[in-house]
Amino acid sequence: MAMDQSFVGRTYPPTAAYEVGREKIREFADAIGDAHPVYRDPEAAKALGYPDVIAPPTFPIVISMPAADQVVYDPALGLDWTRVVHGDQRFTHERPMRPGDRVRAVVVVESIKSFAGNDMITLVTEMSTEEGELISTARALLVARGENEAEER
Amino acid sequence: MAEDRFAVGTALPAASFPITRKDLVRYAGASGDFNDIHWNGRFAVDVGLPDVIAHGMYTMAVAGRVLTEWVGDPGAVEEYFVRFSKPVVVPDDGVGALLEVTGKVVKELDERRVQVDLTVASAGQKVLGKASAVVRRS
Repeated sequence: MAMDQSFVGRTYPPTAAYEVGREKIREFADAIGDAHPVYRDPEAAKALGYPDVIAPPTFPIVISMPAADQVVYDPALGLDWTRVVHGDQRFTHERPMRPGDRVRAVVVVESIKSFAGNDMITLVTEMSTEEGELISTARALLVARGENEAEER
Repeated sequence: MAEDRFAVGTALPAASFPITRKDLVRYAGASGDFNDIHWNGRFAVDVGLPDVIAHGMYTMAVAGRVLTEWVGDPGAVEEYFVRFSKPVVVPDDGVGALLEVTGKVVKELDERRVQVDLTVASAGQKVLGKASAVVRRS
């Protein structure tokens, strides 16, 4: 199914604020098996120059993925979400996230392409505090596999 | 003068990470990504996969531990990119999968930042392509 090209450049409204929590950071660090104390111990974080514990580099996916869902599941776009796989992912950090950050995500459709039967959409998600400070940008390529690709994956 | 640990050509300490179903379930809970292909073998096979596959984001995060453990300050990872080129299949056989990660400083970007490239393989196949990070010197 072809996607609607007019979605290129579209900006979705900011998501409701997500408040980064100390225990959520710990849970995420535990889940990725990263034992670094900077994720758990405020004193260890201060020794590295941070005001409080910090989140791991891929933590912002917790915010950017649900934000992208509003695009993926937008029926007007015509993306076959049942066939979507993650193509690539980039994070660019202005600073690490930390407890108390109240983060809003704004998703922009950067590009829509079709290649070899696959539909590809690139989403850029800027995550900023409610005060407007940009913390991280996530750039994700999502691929809706063509019908013939099922065996390959 | 001390050896520059950010010098181009420096190899990061390599590491191998076992991945089990339990790890995927834990990551699903922590990340909020409950897609069935990451825990439900029946569903994975139904949609044409060989078995349950790891979340790409889990693979990216685990591979990133080679970066954060080397640099010492995880906040120094300013940029991190991966392409999900092959799925990491995680069978429910009591062993799971093994992720093998190596890294190298490949470029000096400016006075305070370097580019580090990672190679990430499982079962003899490269699973992440063009995995690369921008790391601040510390």
